[in-house]
Amino acid sequence: MDFGKIFSDGVREALGVNAAAYALAAIGLNVQYGLTGLLNFGQVGFLLVGAYGTAITVKETGAPLWAGFLVGILAAIGLAAVLGIPTLRLRADYLAIVTIASAEILRVLAGSRHLEGFTGGPFGIRGWAGSFYDLNPFSPGRYGAGKVSFDHNTLWVMTVAWTLVILASVLVWLLKRSPYGRVLRSIREDEDAARSLGKNAYVIKIQSLAVGGVIGALGGMVIAVNFQFTNDDFWLSPFTFLMYTVLIIGGVGSVIGPVLGAMLFWFVYQSLDSLLRQAIHEGVFGDVLTSTDAGPLRLAFVGLTLMLLMIYRPQGIFGNRQEALIDDR
Amino acid sequence: MTCRSARSRRARVLSGAALALALLSIAAPASAGTEEPAGDEPASEETINARLIDQRGKQDKPVEGVTVVVEQGGDEIGQAESDADGLAIIPVPGPGKYSVRVDPTTFPKGLGLTDAAQEELPNVQVFAGRPKFVIFGFGERLDTGKTGFERVLNLAASGLRVGLIVAVAAVGLSLVFGTTGLINFAHGELLTFGGVVAWYLSASDGGLGITLVVAGILAVILGAGFGAALERGVWRPLRGRRVGNISLLVVSIGLALFLRNFIQVIFGSSPRPYEQYATQDPWHIGPIDILPKNAIAIVICVVVLVTVALLLLRTRLGTALRAVTDNAELSESSGIDVQRVIMAAWISCGALAALAGVLLGVTQSVDWDMGENFLLLIFAAMIVGGLGSPFGAMVGGMVLGVAFEASTYWVPVDFKKAMYLGALIIVLLVRPQGILGVRERVG
Repeated sequence: MDFGKIFSDGVREALGVNAAAYALAAIGLNVQYGLTGLLNFGQVGFLLVGAYGTAITVKETGAPLWAGFLVGILAAIGLAAVLGIPTLRLRADYLAIVTIASAEILRVLAGSRHLEGFTGGPFGIRGWAGSFYDLNPFSPGRYGAGKVSFDHNTLWVMTVAWTLVILASVLVWLLKRSPYGRVLRSIREDEDAARSLGKNAYVIKIQSLAVGGVIGALGGMVIAVNFQFTNDDFWLSPFTFLMYTVLIIGGVGSVIGPVLGAMLFWFVYQSLDSLLRQAIHEGVFGDVLTSTDAGPLRLAFVGLTLMLLMIYRPQGIFGNRQEALIDDR
Repeated sequence: MTCRSARSRRARVLSGAALALALLSIAAPASAGTEEPAGDEPASEETINARLIDQRGKQDKPVEGVTVVVEQGGDEIGQAESDADGLAIIPVPGPGKYSVRVDPTTFPKGLGLTDAAQEELPNVQVFAGRPKFVIFGFGERLDTGKTGFERVLNLAASGLRVGLIVAVAAVGLSLVFGTTGLINFAHGELLTFGGVVAWYLSASDGGLGITLVVAGILAVILGAGFGAALERGVWRPLRGRRVGNISLLVVSIGLALFLRNFIQVIFGSSPRPYEQYATQDPWHIGPIDILPKNAIAIVICVVVLVTVALLLLRTRLGTALRAVTDNAELSESSGIDVQRVIMAAWISCGALAALAGVLLGVTQSVDWDMGENFLLLIFAAMIVGGLGSPFGAMVGGMVLGVAFEASTYWVPVDFKKAMYLGALIIVLLVRPQGILGVRERVG
């Protein structure tokens, strides 16, 4: 068993584009769920509109990529309004169902053959992110140390993605210590009390949904730019559950939590995959498991982790237990 | 769906590429993005499995002897001729995007593709470690000579079947929600449990070979036990720790991820039908053509739903269940053993879900994510009918099933899921208590 490879595989993913995208998605969730207590189970829908907003704009109108990003961000704000205005008066668990259903509706529409001219249907949209790579300052080659290395294009996406993660984290840090952040938390703790003090909880909740949604949309753009491609299969509902896992590992309500949560998640997720594949390859499990089982096994492990964390350590690594228990009020 | 209409068949052919992709679920971006140094990985097992079907008759027939070619960027990767099952398996070097086409010169005499534009599927994505299924449909679709109204009737009949199965599953979910307040995202896995257990009990190869009717009954009993085990092992201790309902909801998501993927490891990722009742000739009841197994599934669902309704209305336990649903504290103080009632709700929930899983397996096929695919529809049924009201769940399932299957006559079939989810949202916004719910339940 090559533990060096297991470790380096994990490190590569912990630093990679996926970890950065998951971090952005989880930072967005942290604003919504961690700070404001909104149970948004359709975060993947915000990633979807970010990715498709960008891709469709560039592909259909020939606009420059930055305009596409802008449209993606506006689309996320629009989605927050469409979702939030009617639903944020609902109970928390109802919001969960509405958001998960909305994200799934968006995915179904994105993958529909009847909208193929617009969304590419199941075949998706490709070949629209080239101008991003034209800006790549790194000369072609591989960069890294030892077994952990990335090609120049991946490194370029990583650089931009992690910069976005840092900016988003700073934003959340500023938000959290501002008076506005205290209002968000007061809504989480006791919405009626916040309202009785004259705060318009309804509008503030929509704003929170939009801020978190835009940060999530950035994550969606990172994923789509990295693949230079988006189709409906990128944005399945369980993706949102992985974001929650990332957030809960790191710590609900904490600024650094989602970032370290994403890195730790991808380190364990990829190392586990590597370990399982090697073990299966070397026949440790005999005929019981085959290499196709590594994927579902590590997802089963994620599920178990999510359960146990939620039961025994809902505040994750960096969270505050008092803040982490958002429950029926 | 075995009694799939020509229209939905077409949709399946068209979106065939997307369907199998969905099986891969969230692992997709992850595995595709990993940079694996080649060489020290286990040998790849990716193949493209093309299925060629002749859809002229009522039963699809395989198309033999057609050459299927796989290319990547203009280079040929491999080709194979379809066998007696209409299946052509072409190994590919690894995950990635391929173009798959059929060679028209090898078509059987007088048979062409249903949709000539589908001769080449330009963008077939293969993911790591998995066969990728694509479908080529042959032959003019059967013109049944039915009027539009008769076709709507047939669609409604198939909607009634789906809706009733969903209703059976939704009643269980509703009983648990009513008594404990838990929105259980792992409910879909209870269906899958039933379907998969019945598969293992009934399969002659890889299973015990018990006749399906008995296997189904055993699966329902085991499903009841599974529900009880979850209540005893997971939910009751968590309620004891005073974990709140939203935390429990997240726990149920973790449980769902765990169970679903665990089942996939055991059962594998390809759908498998039960051996018995796989092919049947339809009954003709007036203008409606219905497969006997589908008709029997409808009868079973109706009998079960009526029985559950009578139990709830006429027995002491049923009354206690409704009392706890209405107000748990008050019930407890009036001498009802609430824990026992909740256990009864979980046992019923497990049994009903397992039954729904078996019926789905009979009328469609057994799949590791069959329950997950139905989960949002079950939620929709429960909410449209009235949250926490088992009678509402019954009504909701039937209304949604019939309305949306029948609507596929006018609306493209791939919008169906979007439509029932839309209905779910609209009901929550306009009448959050649902059709039969009581207004004050909604906070």
